[in-house]
Amino acid sequence: MARNVTTQRKIINTTAAWVIGLLIFFPILWTILTSFKTEATAIADPPVFLFFDWTLENYQVVNERSNYGRFLWNSIFIAGGSTILGLIVAIPAAWSMAFVPSRRTKDILLWMLSTKMLPAVGVLYPIYLIFIKFGLLDSVLGLTIVLMLINLPIIVWMLYTYFREIPGEILEAARMDGASLKSELLYVLTPMAVPGIASTLLLNFILAWNEAFWTLNLTAAKAAPLTAFIASYSSPEGLFYAKLSAASTMAIAPILILGWFSQKQLVRGLTFGAVK
Amino acid sequence: MATQHSRSAARLMMAPAVVLLLGWMLVPLVMTLWFSFRNYLPLRGGDLGWAGFDNYVRFINSSSFWPSVSTTLIIVGGVLAITIVFGVLLALLLDQPMWGQGIVRILVIAPFFVMPTVSALVWKNMFMDPVNGLFAHLWKFFGAAPVEWLSQASLTSIIIIVSWQWLPFATLILLTAVQSLDGEQLEASEMDGAKPLQRFGFIILPHLSRAITIVVLIQTIFLLSIFAEIFVTTGGSFGTRTLTYLIFQRVLESQNIGLGSAGGIYAVILANIIAIFLMRIVGKNLDA
Amino acid sequence: MTLRTPLTMVSALAMLAATAATADTLTIATVNNGDMVRMQGLTADFTAKTGHEVEWVTLEENVLRQRVTTDITTKGGAFDIMTIGMYETPIWGKNGWLVPLDDLSAEYDVDDILPAMRGGLSVDGTLYAAPFYGESSMIMYRTDLMEAAGLEMPDAPTWEFVADAARKMTDKDGEVYGICLRGKAGWGENMAFLTATSNAFGARWFDEDWKPQFDTEEWATTLNFYIDLMNEAGPPGASTNGFNENLSLFQQGKCGMWIDATVAASFVTNPDDSTVADKVGFALAPDTGLGKRGNWLWAWALGIPAGTDNEAAAKQFVEWATSKEYIELVAENEGWANVPPGARTSLYENENYKEVPFAQMTLDSILSADPTAPTVKPVPYVGVQFAAIPEFAGIATEVGQEFSAALAGQQTAEEALAKAQALTADAMEAAGY
Repeated sequence: MARNVTTQRKIINTTAAWVIGLLIFFPILWTILTSFKTEATAIADPPVFLFFDWTLENYQVVNERSNYGRFLWNSIFIAGGSTILGLIVAIPAAWSMAFVPSRRTKDILLWMLSTKMLPAVGVLYPIYLIFIKFGLLDSVLGLTIVLMLINLPIIVWMLYTYFREIPGEILEAARMDGASLKSELLYVLTPMAVPGIASTLLLNFILAWNEAFWTLNLTAAKAAPLTAFIASYSSPEGLFYAKLSAASTMAIAPILILGWFSQKQLVRGLTFGAVK
Repeated sequence: MATQHSRSAARLMMAPAVVLLLGWMLVPLVMTLWFSFRNYLPLRGGDLGWAGFDNYVRFINSSSFWPSVSTTLIIVGGVLAITIVFGVLLALLLDQPMWGQGIVRILVIAPFFVMPTVSALVWKNMFMDPVNGLFAHLWKFFGAAPVEWLSQASLTSIIIIVSWQWLPFATLILLTAVQSLDGEQLEASEMDGAKPLQRFGFIILPHLSRAITIVVLIQTIFLLSIFAEIFVTTGGSFGTRTLTYLIFQRVLESQNIGLGSAGGIYAVILANIIAIFLMRIVGKNLDA
Repeated sequence: MTLRTPLTMVSALAMLAATAATADTLTIATVNNGDMVRMQGLTADFTAKTGHEVEWVTLEENVLRQRVTTDITTKGGAFDIMTIGMYETPIWGKNGWLVPLDDLSAEYDVDDILPAMRGGLSVDGTLYAAPFYGESSMIMYRTDLMEAAGLEMPDAPTWEFVADAARKMTDKDGEVYGICLRGKAGWGENMAFLTATSNAFGARWFDEDWKPQFDTEEWATTLNFYIDLMNEAGPPGASTNGFNENLSLFQQGKCGMWIDATVAASFVTNPDDSTVADKVGFALAPDTGLGKRGNWLWAWALGIPAGTDNEAAAKQFVEWATSKEYIELVAENEGWANVPPGARTSLYENENYKEVPFAQMTLDSILSADPTAPTVKPVPYVGVQFAAIPEFAGIATEVGQEFSAALAGQQTAEEALAKAQALTADAMEAAGY
């Protein structure tokens, strides 16, 4: 976009954007800062912003009390596993919807999305009973499957919109050359779809990471991810802002870092092909 | 272009996803339907027999039913309105040339990465607490009496928290749409003497309509079932009991699975009404 | 050869059995209260003594309750030991969901458990969960503020005195509020306090025919008294304050009086966390001269779900965690003021524990609560701050939300009571009373 912009206007834009950006980010920043305060400083009146005695005490307390490593590992495994599993199921489905559309395609897509509208609480007991029956309670496998199913509609839909952007002519050319369905998929489509798949993967990883109903209710000790870790700090007795902040920072840090590094991919992922 | 061969191959490829989702939808749904016609009270010995439509009648006649439906709609509507209005403005701003665009973008999308439980806890304790919260300090600094956010402005508070979480999502989608705006068309209209407001109304907004539809669709799906934000902050008090929360109370707090299941079926019906409504709009906008 | 084979087999089996007996891993669900967190820190002692490993599932109270109830009603078997209260134990025990604790070892000395606690955790004389700590409620007050107000707290005050003192101690500009009481909705939060308090005002939940009593004069008096007092002398945002919020307010020196669980005494007098540790006095929960005091009775106890694979090891753990030795272990590590209180008679006979400032008042409060005759008028239920029927938790939480909204000024006390009456009647009818 080659619009001529005066420096003055650029300064105004920059200031406005930074002020708003910092405002939106502030709750997270405040949490991170508070995690380095003592409990007394955390509730000081007036609040202190940067000039306090920084301490790692809260992180030590949290580390002594909970096995952070295991929660983290479970979160990574469940979020990662469910996303990869979801992609394996969704890629062929989205491919066929995008390239061999039928009259029903749109209905199927919308139906898939509508399955996400079932309220989770309403089906807690049925799912719990099924989990007991198949011995999946408190297992990483069970949770991976549930989260995969929850996010499958979104995965299919995202991939579908990506695949639709891949020009059909390329496919026709490949077919003319006598490419089989398999090689068409493997050598022509997949490379073109990689950016779309990558951003789908990222978004679903985040959604699975943050899911807090099933991950809490279907686990006990072995498979509990970071959402359960947070549930043990939400309102302990006495002063707890600093410890809560430390635990919160530990719970969101991995995903925050991942998100920041992959920001560009994500921006693409979130377009849902809304833009040509 | 599609041959018979590729058509059946396509069906085969679609099958796993369709079958899985069908199972995921049908099995719990059928079980919920079954429970909803039973007098199922785990703490009184379990399944106590056939209940007919009693659970359905009782659930809908309860004084909390209609308020919970309207609370649900207010929260969904409020969050949608805020995230879309601010999302569009923010997207337009972030599209302007500036220094440090990348960093600002990161700052804006960060809330999306925060678990709902964590964001609810942080907002509740560190911002909205009427004694120790930052807002209370801010209000006192300006000589005003601190607001008791979660009791006196309970719905507003929850809408603020949820909007904060979803604003990044809306902004990102809208931003990509804004970026694809035809610069020349805009410039031409500028030369024709179109005022900024006119440009916004006649060029930018229509261009964004598809992106907005997608934001509405995806967010509605997630917003209809928000739970953690209410569970952590108000526990359903002060008029913040959504339909999802009411079902939670029936199933888990009252341990009346039959009644809760009937509520679950009502929620499915409500979701489907909204879905049909949405699909109408989306269907039109998505075909482009 | 023929002789040796069975022998080896037997010894191999014996060895297998031995390893199985020593290598159990227990999954224990518990609430994130201070005493339980301490217990978690001392797990190594249990492992050293028995060889069993322990996996902790520590959750916030509301999440814990939802989690363990789902598991026990569906017989999910996710936990070997659950931390439950005096409300759940009799209901679950009666349903046969808990392992009866009728064969505890002689050293454990089950008769040492305070009779009130043992009674509340038993069904027909059989103990189903062992109390980890027990509590009643009492007044904790700031001695310095009381003095500044020119008043002296009697050991057994009336509500009239407490209300008067609260108004005199309040200094809203200085952020000192005369009285902090629970306002956050929940059957274990504001309803625990209000139900217990209503007993002192002569109210009750149900009459002998299980008819809800929120339309009575006594309830109207109770609720209006509470709301007026909190509006004049309570902290801002009281309708969202539960135990934890009030505790931190008191520790920060913002409350003149606080009526709550006796276990809080050790937190408010702990100089590490509390800014007012040396200025706290204690008194019995107030009454109105009708013969009942508004103090409740509660125990957090350890129960073993029936059907667990590790029953023997689980029993060992329950014995360990609720034993006299455990109390001494905590005393050694953290001091006598921090031992889990209210469970054992012997603790209150211990010379070291008598030094603890709140010990006697805690015991007196526990002894003066009577779950079997909690109210002035007769009632068909057992329990001071609850009615031990399965429907209570759900109903009381919804009633609590109405009362909480009334405290927040969103409706009048009369409106709240009318709604409470209607929804309770509805729920009781649904339950078939």
